[in-house]
Amino acid sequence: MNWQAFWLTVRLAAIVSTLLVAIGIPIAYWLTYSRWRWKFLIEATVALPIVLPPTVLGFYVLVALGSRSPLGRWWESLTGHTLAFTFEGLVIGSLLYSLPFAVQPFAASFGSVDRTLLHASASLGHSPLQTFRRIVLPLSKAGLVTGFALSFAHTLGEFGVVLMVGGNIPGVTRTISIDIYDQVQTANYSSANQTALALLVISFVVLSVVYGLNRRPWAVGPWQ
Amino acid sequence: MKALYKLAVSFVLFSAFATAQEITVAAAADMSAALPQLVDAYTKKTGQTVKLSLGASGNLTNQIRNGAPFDIFFSADEEYPKQLIAEGLASKDTLYRYAVGRLVLWVPAESPLDVPTLGIKALLDPSVKKISIANPATAPYGRAAEATLRHFGLYDQVSSRLVVGENVSQAAQFVESGNAQAGLIALSHALAPAMKDKGRYWIVPLDAYPTLNQAAVVLARSKQRDAARKFLDFLRTPEATSLLTSYGFSLSGDPH
Repeated sequence: MNWQAFWLTVRLAAIVSTLLVAIGIPIAYWLTYSRWRWKFLIEATVALPIVLPPTVLGFYVLVALGSRSPLGRWWESLTGHTLAFTFEGLVIGSLLYSLPFAVQPFAASFGSVDRTLLHASASLGHSPLQTFRRIVLPLSKAGLVTGFALSFAHTLGEFGVVLMVGGNIPGVTRTISIDIYDQVQTANYSSANQTALALLVISFVVLSVVYGLNRRPWAVGPWQ
Repeated sequence: MKALYKLAVSFVLFSAFATAQEITVAAAADMSAALPQLVDAYTKKTGQTVKLSLGASGNLTNQIRNGAPFDIFFSADEEYPKQLIAEGLASKDTLYRYAVGRLVLWVPAESPLDVPTLGIKALLDPSVKKISIANPATAPYGRAAEATLRHFGLYDQVSSRLVVGENVSQAAQFVESGNAQAGLIALSHALAPAMKDKGRYWIVPLDAYPTLNQAAVVLARSKQRDAARKFLDFLRTPEATSLLTSYGFSLSGDPH
C-alpha cells in the first residue's frame, strides 16, 4: 500500500469536495430558483462531466490550458508554471470532473423545500438571501452532505484526467488509482490488491453514509 | 422472410470470416508513426488487414501474459519477447530483431535552447522546468532515459523535474504540447511528420544507456501464425527496411 499516494488522493478529494460546496451552492441556488427560459442549457452544461469521457477533460486541461493558450500563459505568468503536472492542475481538472456530483444533489434538495415556507419567510420580512440561509440550507443538510460525499468519492476514483495531465509525480500527482494502474502494469498484483481493496472499502463506506442519510423514515442526525 | 434470414446468416458468416483473416499487432509506442505506414503498404500489397494496439512494451507484455488476443508483438526491448518465449507464450524461431532504438533529447521549436550543440547539458538550463520521460517501470525508453541521466551524472539534479508519461508516446506528447520544456523521447517520434518541424533534438550517444534492441515475435496464442509470419517476412524486404530507416530504425543504431 502506497501511503503517500493514498494521502495525496484523500487531500485532493477533500480539497475538491470542499471547494465544490462553495462553488456548487450558488450554482444550485440559481438552477433551482432562476426562471430564465434558457436555464436548461446551463443545466446541460453542469451535467456534461457525467457523460463526457475524462480524456476529453484531460485533453482540454493539457491543451486549452497548456502553455500555448492565452489562458495557460496567464496562469503561467501568475504562478510560474503550467497547470499540467501540478497538484493545482489536478484540483482544477477534478473540480470540473466532479461538479455535477455536488451540484445535482444540492439543487434537488433546494428544490424539495416547501415553497410555502419560503413565502412565509418572505412575508415576515426576510430577504431572499436570509430565507435561503435560515430556511433552505438547514432543510437541505442531507442533500449537502450527499453532494459533498459523492464528489469526494468520485474524485477519489478519478483516473483518466490524472493519467493525461498528471505526469505520475510521486507526492504531487501520483494518485491512488494511478498507483494501482502502475502496480498492475508491472504485474505487482499483491500490492495492487491491497490498494484496490482499500479503495473499495472507502468507496463503500462513503456511499453507505450517503444512502444511510437519505433513508428518510429512519434518518438520524441533528437536523431532523 | 427467408431471404432476409439468408442475408443475415451470410452477413454473420462474412464478418466472422473477415475478422478471422485480420491479424492483430501489439507494438511498442515508439512504432506509433512508422508501423501504420508499414501496415498501409502491406495491406495495399497483399490485402491482409492488420489491427494495431500501441502501448509501453512492459504493459503489452503484461497484457499478453493475461491472455490478450494479439498475433505479433513488437517490443522496444528484446528482453520482453525473450521472457515470453521462456514462458512458452511466443515462438522462438520467429524472434526477429528489426532495429536498435535511439533516444533523443527533444525541445519544442519555441525553446531558446540550442539542444543540438548543448546536448544533455541543456537540461540544466533554468528555463527547463519539466522534463518528460516514459515510465521506467514499463517502458524501455523510460529506462534508457533514466540510465542516460545517471550516465551523465545529472539524475539527482533533475529528478525533481521529471514528469512521467505512461509510454514514450505520451512523454513525446507532453513536450510536443509545450507542457514540458524538454523530453527524452524516441528518435522515431522526432522524425515523425507530426513532430518533425515542431522542435529540435540531440541524439543521445549509444554508450549512455543499455542498447534498446527492438524485436518482434509471433505469439503462441495466435490462431493465424502463418499470416503473422508473412507480415514479419515483409519487415525484411527493402521496402519495409527503408521505411523503418526513415523513422530512425536501423540495425546498426545509426540514425541516418
